[in-house]
Amino acid sequence: MRLVLERRAERSTTIAIASPLIAIALTLVTMTLLFALLGKSPVAALWVYFIDPLTDAYSLQEIAVKATPLVMIALGLSLCYLANVWNIGAEGQFLIGAVAGSWLAVRTNGTDAGHWVLPAMLVLGALGGALYALIPAICKVRFGASEILTSLMLVYVADLFLDYLVRGPWRDPKGYNFPTTAEFDPVATVPVLIEGGRLHLGAIIALAVVAAASVLLGRTIKGFEIRVVGAAPRAARFGGFNANQLILLTFAVSGALAGLAGIIEVAGPIGHLQPGISPGYGFTAIIVAFLGRLHPLGILIAGLFLALTFIGGEQAQISMRIPLDLTKVFQGILLFYVLACDSLVLYRIRLMPTHHRAGYGTG
Amino acid sequence: MGLAEAIILAVVTASTPLLLAAAGELVVERAGVLNLGVEGMMIMGAACGFAGAYLTGSTLIGALCGIAAGMALSAIFALLTLGLAVNQVATGLALTILGIGLSGLIGAGFVGEKIVPAPQLHLPLLSNLPFAGRILFAQDAFVYLSLALIAAMWWFIYRTRWGLVLRAVGDNHASAHALGYPVLTIRTCAVLFGGACAGLGGAYLPLAYTPFFIPGMTAGRGWIALALVVFASWLPGRLVWGAYLFGAVSILQLHAQGAGLGIPSQLMSALPYLATIMVLVVISRARGSARSAAPASLGMVFVPDR
Amino acid sequence: MDMRNPIFMVVATAAAAALAAGTNVPRAIAQGKLKVGFVYLGPVGDFGWTYQHEVGRQLLVKELGSKVETTYLENVNEGPDSERAIEQLARSGHKLIFTTSFGYMDPTMKVAKKYPNVFFEHNTGYKRDKNVATYSARFYEGRHIQGKIAAKMSKVGVLGYIGSFPIPEVISGINSTILGAQSINQDIKVKIIWVNSWFDPGKEADAAKALLDQGADVIMQHTDSPAAMQIAEARKAFAFGQDSDMIKFGPNAQLTAIVNNWGPYYVERVQAVLDNKWTSGDVWGGLKSKMLLMAPYTNMPDEVKKLAMDAEAAIAAGTLHPFNCPVIDQAGKPVECKGGTHLDDGQILGMNFYVAGIDDKIPGK
Repeated sequence: MRLVLERRAERSTTIAIASPLIAIALTLVTMTLLFALLGKSPVAALWVYFIDPLTDAYSLQEIAVKATPLVMIALGLSLCYLANVWNIGAEGQFLIGAVAGSWLAVRTNGTDAGHWVLPAMLVLGALGGALYALIPAICKVRFGASEILTSLMLVYVADLFLDYLVRGPWRDPKGYNFPTTAEFDPVATVPVLIEGGRLHLGAIIALAVVAAASVLLGRTIKGFEIRVVGAAPRAARFGGFNANQLILLTFAVSGALAGLAGIIEVAGPIGHLQPGISPGYGFTAIIVAFLGRLHPLGILIAGLFLALTFIGGEQAQISMRIPLDLTKVFQGILLFYVLACDSLVLYRIRLMPTHHRAGYGTG
Repeated sequence: MGLAEAIILAVVTASTPLLLAAAGELVVERAGVLNLGVEGMMIMGAACGFAGAYLTGSTLIGALCGIAAGMALSAIFALLTLGLAVNQVATGLALTILGIGLSGLIGAGFVGEKIVPAPQLHLPLLSNLPFAGRILFAQDAFVYLSLALIAAMWWFIYRTRWGLVLRAVGDNHASAHALGYPVLTIRTCAVLFGGACAGLGGAYLPLAYTPFFIPGMTAGRGWIALALVVFASWLPGRLVWGAYLFGAVSILQLHAQGAGLGIPSQLMSALPYLATIMVLVVISRARGSARSAAPASLGMVFVPDR
Repeated sequence: MDMRNPIFMVVATAAAAALAAGTNVPRAIAQGKLKVGFVYLGPVGDFGWTYQHEVGRQLLVKELGSKVETTYLENVNEGPDSERAIEQLARSGHKLIFTTSFGYMDPTMKVAKKYPNVFFEHNTGYKRDKNVATYSARFYEGRHIQGKIAAKMSKVGVLGYIGSFPIPEVISGINSTILGAQSINQDIKVKIIWVNSWFDPGKEADAAKALLDQGADVIMQHTDSPAAMQIAEARKAFAFGQDSDMIKFGPNAQLTAIVNNWGPYYVERVQAVLDNKWTSGDVWGGLKSKMLLMAPYTNMPDEVKKLAMDAEAAIAAGTLHPFNCPVIDQAGKPVECKGGTHLDDGQILGMNFYVAGIDDKIPGK
């Protein structure tokens, strides 16, 4: 007897709805075991992780602040992944977008510039990210080079470039030689929405992007093209959809969103450019994209959920001494379960009698 | 010991973990599977390898623990991507994140401890030869193992029947299946092998390179190993050159500083990555030539039709 | 979800019961103990920077444990995450919070503005507020002693220096070392490698190897792992430990180490809060106030040991200052002497030039 995967005739809708729930349930069970192994009370730990952060305004704001870059980047990535091109370099595009927008902030720092500065910075950030993302896209379209590896290599290059800028030419002259730019002027800062909190305009922008992505994918020809190119490339060719153009487009949009997220994060919660502006948003966003099933609304929910686990994990460190590494373990396991359960949407598992593999056609 | 000799020695040890991990990934990708989880498997290998060596006092047991950890993680990968036909990119990334987190949990209790590093094997007489003597004959066991591994891999891939089957599976899994070869089984074996190598490469760091464990000590070497496989155009021989080249750049960058050359260190650190992109572009343009193309089925999901 | 949903009720009740069964959620009302929080950059076992802060915290618990409850957060990224971490501590009843890395400076200031009744102590920074104090240690004092020892112990007169980032703290450390070495050997040379990280054992090991290969025979570091010490031990060279006593990793190689000694300062500041006498300020303690200690002098002849101990005593007493005027810069010109007989604190804090005798250039200038 052996287990065999058999493709279903059509997607199973019951499993499609149930699978994220099954995945979450399985993850909770695994986490319970892990908590017990670490000697912590599982119920208390799960409570601190998932329920506690929802119970007060401060944590809710922080969840939104943390989710904003994740959702924006993930939305862009979902466009690429739907078209079956693998942008792994969102982290680098985030950094370059931050650099591009910060250039203006540094240039106009201390001068009495007007309110045009912030919008201009956001545009520059998006532009910078888009251009940076076009590099792997062009390498793929023109030369056939793997976009996974080119975009990944560019992450390191971007990181080093940022490092060079803040340690050298853009370093704050009054900053005792520490690697950071001067603090951004108020006109170059993303405004906060609620006094006393950190929830900022970026969250509204992220929501707008969710809406825009929904419209794009659900109701426009381009969105249709993107989805077909990914799901059925031969059909797309017959339909006259230009795959190369779509690769360039999806990468550019994805890079723009990542770059926008980058400059918003720098001009908002951080307030100046420094090394280490991203704790891996570009990579975590990949998880968010998959958890959200590459669907804009799903990504919004997944982004908020993942942000919740980050906040909960930090709180768990304070109140229960649970190491922060556990949050990473949790996210990895959750993604595993979601991917596994999702595969059941397309395939079913069957027990088959073992038979001799003598060649094609037998058995 | 002259400066050149010393530099070469340093380069060899710096390149060995890269070579070990990349060798495994090369086999995996040759079989048509893209496992992005190398960083996760390496850091798990480091954590478990150190734990094993610390608790038993034996480098060998440490190495075996590292191998086992890598294989265990890769088994999860195989189960998902080969057993359940899940997307390989997403699974590989999840594996990396899981590996980093788990290694932090496992290794936390061992931070601050030290072990006796793996000894250098001095082949009698030969290692006293000037210049080449120390480089060739006085390395630690891992270095020799890595080179032997590459040689064995080369022989396996190009000189055995199963190596041919492996390449066939990687280039066209549908045809290989049609010919009756057990595609999924072969790929599973390749993935497990890749995990073992990544685990060993990771274990090298705390067992021989810097004999203590720190969370995150692989510092991105797993991603470099992935780049190396492409840099080497999936050819074992070129992999050795590539690994030593990467190692050389990182070591020479430090020497350049020590000697007072004023090149920005960030530029030197970026060179390996920029070089990889260049190579990727160049070899991809030469598509059509069977030797330099990537395995055609790389990353594609395969579910045997009934 | 509908609050009246029975499943929700069951789960909520169960969770509440579990909580009530005495788990450690801190929003419970403080039972009179002062809550003190610590924010760490790395893991407590890093055997370097964070480890020494943790040692300090443990001393605090030992001395004032009956009146104080401590919490620590490790591996806190510098950036927006750190602001949240600090704020979480402030919100959960901690009245005194120590943030132990330069990169936490702005987040600390931001949170401090929101919580005027909470006291913050920022390590190695320069921004203060009514409720934000700064504290650091005069590492350059220890470096000066190390420079003298190194000059005595080096057979070839070439020192190897592993730097992290070219910030004033590190630059002043290099300068102080060289000035100390020059007092023994006018022609001392130093090779400097920047690893661009506070903590990267692999790179630090490579840097140590490179320095030794290029002819240095004494290694100094301004990075936090024991990797360089191990290389020195393996190659039978000498080295100095950093942040903590690294003799375990270099029994024959370590000459001494600069040991960060934050414990007594922590006890003092907590006691001030307990006595309602806490005020903001800047404490830059040195050998005199024992903010930093020198590890036992080992692996050196007695006369060198005596030289080192005399220097240590002199610095502590104030009769020897590492930056005694005139300090000559690389261009050969004496630096303005704002402190009378020695450079003043501001000059040391903002130091961004090399002294004469160093052949390199500071990166990024």
